[in-house]
Parts: sequence; C-alpha cells; structure tokens
Amino acid sequence: MTAQQSAQKNRPTGPAPAPAVQQLLVRYAKRGRMRFASHRDVGRAFERAVRQAGLPMAHSAGFSPHPKISYASGTPTGVSSEAEYLTLLLTVATDPAGLRPVLDRALPDGIDVIEVVEDSGGSLNGRLMVSEWLVQLPGVTPDAATAAARAFLDASEVPVERLTNKGIRRFDARAAVLTLDVSPCPGAQPDHACAMIRMVVRHTEPAVRPEDVLNGLLPGGTAALSSAPAVTRVAQGVLGPEAGSREVVAPVPATVLPAVVTPDKVNVP
Amino acid sequence: MPIESVYPRLEPLLPRVRKPIAYVGGEVNSVVKDWDATDVRWALLYPDAYEVGLPNQGVQILYEILNEQDGVLAERTYSVWPDMEDLLREHGIPQFTVDGHRPVGAFDVLGVSFSTELGYTNLLTALDLAGIPLHSADRGGRDGDPADGPWYPLVIAGGHAAFNPEPIAGFLDGVVLGDGEQAVLKITEQIRAWKQAGRPGGRDGLLRTLAARCDVYVPGFYDVTYLPDGRIARTVPNGRGIPPVVAKHTVMDLDEWQYPRKPIVPVAETVHERYSVEIFRGCTRGCRFCQAGMITRPVRERSITTVGQMVADGVRATGFGEVGLLSLSSADHSEINEIAKDLADAYEGTNTGLSLPSTRVDAFNITLADELARNGRRSGLTFAPEGGSERMRQVINKMVTEEDLIRTVTTAYASGWRQVKLYFMCGLPTETDEDVLAIAELARKVIQAGREVTGRRDIRCTVSIGGFVPKPHTPFQWAAQCPHEVVDARLRKLGAALRANPAYGRAIGFRYHDGQPSVVEGLLSRGDRRVGQVIEAVWRDGGRFDGWSEHFSFDRWVACADQALAGEPVDLDWYTTRERDEDEVLPWGHLDAGLDPDWLWQDWQEALSGRGEVEDCRWSACYDCGVCPSMGTEIQTGPTGERLPAGTKLLPVLSVS
Repeated sequence: MTAQQSAQKNRPTGPAPAPAVQQLLVRYAKRGRMRFASHRDVGRAFERAVRQAGLPMAHSAGFSPHPKISYASGTPTGVSSEAEYLTLLLTVATDPAGLRPVLDRALPDGIDVIEVVEDSGGSLNGRLMVSEWLVQLPGVTPDAATAAARAFLDASEVPVERLTNKGIRRFDARAAVLTLDVSPCPGAQPDHACAMIRMVVRHTEPAVRPEDVLNGLLPGGTAALSSAPAVTRVAQGVLGPEAGSREVVAPVPATVLPAVVTPDKVNVP
Repeated sequence: MPIESVYPRLEPLLPRVRKPIAYVGGEVNSVVKDWDATDVRWALLYPDAYEVGLPNQGVQILYEILNEQDGVLAERTYSVWPDMEDLLREHGIPQFTVDGHRPVGAFDVLGVSFSTELGYTNLLTALDLAGIPLHSADRGGRDGDPADGPWYPLVIAGGHAAFNPEPIAGFLDGVVLGDGEQAVLKITEQIRAWKQAGRPGGRDGLLRTLAARCDVYVPGFYDVTYLPDGRIARTVPNGRGIPPVVAKHTVMDLDEWQYPRKPIVPVAETVHERYSVEIFRGCTRGCRFCQAGMITRPVRERSITTVGQMVADGVRATGFGEVGLLSLSSADHSEINEIAKDLADAYEGTNTGLSLPSTRVDAFNITLADELARNGRRSGLTFAPEGGSERMRQVINKMVTEEDLIRTVTTAYASGWRQVKLYFMCGLPTETDEDVLAIAELARKVIQAGREVTGRRDIRCTVSIGGFVPKPHTPFQWAAQCPHEVVDARLRKLGAALRANPAYGRAIGFRYHDGQPSVVEGLLSRGDRRVGQVIEAVWRDGGRFDGWSEHFSFDRWVACADQALAGEPVDLDWYTTRERDEDEVLPWGHLDAGLDPDWLWQDWQEALSGRGEVEDCRWSACYDCGVCPSMGTEIQTGPTGERLPAGTKLLPVLSVS
C-alpha cells in the first residue's frame, strides 16, 4: 500500500461536507444563573441548539464532524454579559431575523440570543477590540470608589496577580483601562453603600478582566468585599470613529437591546 | 403554604465553589411546578455529583413520569461537593433541589437511586444537610400519632444496589425493588389517599399501607436475629399484615412506557452527552457474576417502531448529536441490525452518531459495524470478554471463544475503528495467575490480527480491568471475594507481561484500579444491618464520595469497620473473603428477585466444577431460574418484522425563507 492510499484510508468515506454559503453573526447574552456557565458549557449548548433548531449548519470534515461555530473569547465564569458574539456558517442561505427566535427557544433561559445578522465574514477577534463593563460593588461607597479610581488612573502602572492553571501570573492592569466612571448603584437602599463602576477596557494579551482592575483598585482586592461584585459586559466592539472616542461600537446593530441595561436586573435569576 | 427558594441565599456562595453551574438548574426540559398546585411532592436524589447523576436514566424516567401527573411534582437533587457542603453548613442552607431550589426536607418523599453501593455515605450527607434524622426510627410517627413532631420526607431507595438494602436499612423508610415506573405512581396514589383521609396512623400508618398495597419493603417492619457465630438466624416481620417476603416490581410492556421522552439537557459537562433509549430491559445470558442480568429478568424488548419513535422525539427534544441504544447487551435485540440500519438511513447526513454501549463480542457483526460507522462518527467500541482464559470464561458462563473475539475485533479494525477497548475482571472465583496472564496473550493476538487485516500499525487496544465483587442474587453470592493483595499482585504481573514485548508495547494500553475499593464495595454489597454502623462511622469521620479515588480512603473504612464491629463476632474479612454455605441465611433472603435459590446454588456448583454451560433462554429451552413463574412474567422479544418508514428525515429541518 502506498503512503497516499494509506492516508486516504484514514478518511471517512462518502461525500465531502456541503460547503458554507452564508455566515451569520450572533449576539447573545449570558444572564442570571447562566452566568455560571463556562465558555465550554455555552459552546456545547449552542452546538445542541443549532441541531435542535434544525439549522442547515456547515460541518467540519473528518471522523467527528462538528458544526462550524466560531466563538469570540467569552466572559469569565460567573460574569454576566449582554454582548457575547459568535459566527455560524450555513450551507443554505437563511433569513437571519427569522432564525433568532428559533435558536433562542432551543437554548436554556439565560443564554439568550439578542440578534442575528448576515455577516461579511472575517475573524471576530479583529472586530472585538474593547469591552464596556458595569461593576457593582456592594459595601463600597461611591466616594471611596471615586478616590480609588482616580488613584488607579493616575498611576502609570498597576501590577496585579491572577491565579491561572499555570500558577500565579503577574501583569499590569493599568494600560488596558481607558475609562473608569463611578456612580451610585441604581436602586440601592440609602443605608447600603454600593458603588457602580463603568469601565472601558482594551482587549490585550494577557486579557485584563474587570476583576483584575478591581484587584488593582480596591485595597485588599475583591477578596476584601463583603460579597462578590456583580459584573456585566454591556458592550463589545471597537472604539467610535472620532479621535479620542471612548464609545464602544458593536459589530452588530443593537436594535433589540434595551436602551438602558438596569444592572440590578441583570443578575436576578 | 408556599415553599421559598433558597436560591437568593445560595447565589452569593456560588462564585466561591468549583463547578457552580452544577447547582443552578434551569436546564432545557427541566420542570418547575407551582408548589401549592400539587399535593404529592417527590425529591429525587442521585447520591453522586451532578455530572454523574444527571444522565442517570432511572432518575430521568421517574422525573418525567411524575411531573406528567396532575397534582404531582418531582424535583432533582444531587450530592454537593465538599466545598459546597462546608458553605451550606456555614450559612445554614439545607440540601436543595436544583429545579426549584426548594429544601429537600419540605417534600413528601425523598426517592434515592442507588446504582452503586459507594453512594451510601453521600446519602447520609444529603439527609443531614436536609435536616432529616439519619435513622428512620428517629423520624417520628411510629406510635401512629400524626401530631408527634415535624414531618420528614419518607426516604425510599431504589436502583440495583437496593436489592440488598440491609447495610442502609436503618437510614431508609422504604425500598422499592425492580422497575420504578408503575411503583412510583402507586406510591403517589397511596400518599394522596392517606393525606385526603386525614393522615390515618401518621407516618407509621402510611408505611404500613405502602408495605401492604405497593410491595414496598419497609425495613423497620422486620427484625433480624443472629446466631452466636455471627450468621443471621432469621429475618421476620414484626407485625401483622407485613409480608414475610417482598417481591420486585416488573414493568411488562415497555412499548407502553416510552420514557424518557424529553430528557434534561445539562449545561454543565456530564459523563454521558447523548440521547439514550433502552432497547430492551433484562438479560438472560446467565453470566454468573452479573447482578444486573439476574435481577432484571425477564428480557422485555422495545419494538423497532417504538425505538424509532423515541429516538426521533428524543433527538428533537434535546439536540444531542449521539444516540445510545442501551441495554445490558444491545446487540442481542432480535432486530438490532434493522434498528441500526434504519436509524442510520434516517439520520444520513445529519451528523448523528449511533452507539451501542454494551455489545457482546459474539453478537457484533459487520452489518452493525457498518451502520454504526456510517454517519461519520466512530464512537468507542468496548467488548467485554470478562475472563482472560477459556477456562475462566466457562466458570463465569460467558462463552466467548478466542476465535470469536479475534474475528469481532478485526471486523471493527477493518471497518475503520483504530481503537478498541477490552474489558476484563480480576479476582473471579477459582482464578489463578495463569487466567489473568492469558489476557496479555489475547491482547497480543488481537493486535497481530488487526495489523494483518488492516495493513496498518497504528491500531490500538486498551485492556481495562475491574475488580470482581460478588453480588447478591447471583450464583456467586456465596463466593469468597479475592483479597485485594492477590488482585493487586496479579495485575502487576499482567502489567509486566503486557510490557514485555516491545513489538506490541505501545499498541496495548492498560487501565486498572487497585483492589482496595473493591473490598469496601464487597462489604456494602453483601453486608447486613450491622454494616450500617460502619457506614455511619465512616461518614462521621468525613467519608464522602467513595466512588471517587481522590476522596476514597481505604484506611478510614478499615479503621471504622474495626471500631464499629468491635463488639460483634464479625469483621471486614468475614463479610468479604469468607465463602458462604448453602444453608446460610443471607441478608437479602427475604427480598425476592424471582430467582430460585436452588437454581442459583446449582449454578454456583456448576461454575466451580467447570461444567454446565447455561445457554440464553431467549433462544434455547428454559433453564428454570424461577423468575417467570414466580413473578408472573414472560420473555417478550421480536422479531416484529416491521421497519422504520423509509426516506423520513427524523431531524426537523428549519423552513428556509
């Protein structure tokens, strides 16, 4: 047997998978209890949902074909999001607007499809350069948070540590942060201190997560808080076209997204 | 009165535990009913981690059957990991269900499914976290006064391990032997009637009704006495109207019980991610070590049309990309080739994989191999010769010849599988070193034949070994369990033999566990009520998740057994490595799986003498195991001659605009 024959034998017989004719860009949310789903959990949920919904998915070749879904990097487990993205490759051109509710119904409540649009193609990560995050800090007064935010922004470098699978990693949390705005948590009781921080953070390598920013900002880090901060990614995309813009422009027109996301509603299961 | 969800108190703790997703519920096809709109409420516990418990067929089936009933509610609960247990205790949060996050203590019944005895300590954790007294005797209501203290759920066990529930008898209110589908509905009916009648006789009255009318075994209604040497003298009812023997439940027409229809689809990663349908229940092959095969008789097949319908519905309801055709020996279905072919036709081009988790070596064939491989996916193939030598396979009545095995495995290699797993047991009755070393020779022959037929050198076979544990209601129930030191020594020799020939070294994988956990499994499998003290001592000492090697402590079990059994004429060895006589009263003697004890004993003697092959009664004459006449049941097999409709695509196709 020649090497070529041998190589062919290792491939599944039968026709090659049908080619993709359409790429769709999906914006979805991770809400409430589903914020505890890991990125892999969400991926499996989508793989099953596209099957359950009967989408004409393109598949990879080989002995274990998988539907062609590309995920942008996800929020950490435990963090909510209103702006997660993935792309789907289909073998039959399909109306994206009609597909949204079908896909949404096949997913667990809390993994919610916000919008599906036809996509010109190209890598997602090149179009997702910055994120806007909302963080609620129970037990922290807005004044204290404002002072801490100012000190953070005034520093040229804020070294932080994170425990990863490969051990403790040290890196700078300051350079990636573009804005930090502090306000009182909406709807907080007057006798309960609660500061809300809106931050725009550039996607860098290593990724600077909101928790890293908080660890560089709060004395004692997030571990010193009475309860875990509620974190939500509210937007993801590129900065606005004007020079010095700090506005995050989504790669999908946000027609379905409610005008204002009320943070205290985001984390209710 | 509405029962409040503990979720608001639980949620702040979730960022602090590993795998928080296992505690949040909200899965596709899960159900949360209005508490006050129901009058009989079941919590279903699988006493292991969520990732193991969620795919369990038994729990999924009962969950669906109960929730389909008006006025009945069923929610699931699983064992929490130690990090969560600590937090629950620290914050005073009880054991909760993942559906409604309701406290388990608020339900009428806590149904517990035991696939394995190694979940016993986890039962105690769940009871304790739920605020339910560990001992059934402390749950009140014995004197029949409905007003004596708070209500605690009835703790009712089922599952294969419950065929000898004696080691946990003191922790249980009731036990259901056998199939649960009809039993849970009967119990539900009696609980409803009892409530409507004003709870006559309290807890005790309800249990008497369940014992008398629903074939529920209530351990508290039986007294066990012992002989001076430690053996059991007798187990007898301690009250009137209590049957001396309790029989198992058998569902006869599985085509009428098509569950699960809409199984729960987990968000978390679990051990099986597929839609599984039982293509038949029961097995009459007569493998002497196999408790499942003995206690689930007779064979009852689902018809090809039912299987097709269940698969179509199940895949549509879940989106799973793999379909498992489950049973104790799936290739033995009378129409397995037709099922596999028609399903492969129906799913052509949909990237849906078919798998046969239990496939007998001698029933696997080229048709099945082709159909299983057709849709691209080749999931793992496992064959279980169980015994390494022909002599060993005669003792256990698993009559597979070496030629059968090699032909089957080479068929798989030739059909494109590169990896095949072979499963064996070590520590079988009469086993010698030579029987175990024969496994190495067999593996070499398999690889050699595979290389010849494929012309390739990258084929592999993994030898996987489990320790044999004698089980109740089998011909080996009288056998001495092999000491773990002997098992470990044989496995070391086998490992050396497998590595000895470098031409095969890398083509053969070797997986095994050390022998110690099997000893504890042996203690719990064939133990009596005195073993309950050992389980409780182990649990109080911190024993949890005994099925997980990183949590299991053999030393703890040995120390606690020594201490708890100090005043008794029995010890760990007495329960495990001691051979029993024919006249010994066995702890499960009053529990009837339908098997005639004389037949079991005769079969055990034939195993020891190496004669008397028992053929499957599906295809040959009845060999009088006793099940059908004593249970009023019969074998139900095809062929039906029907086929799945051609040309139907069983997956929905989205309409395209």
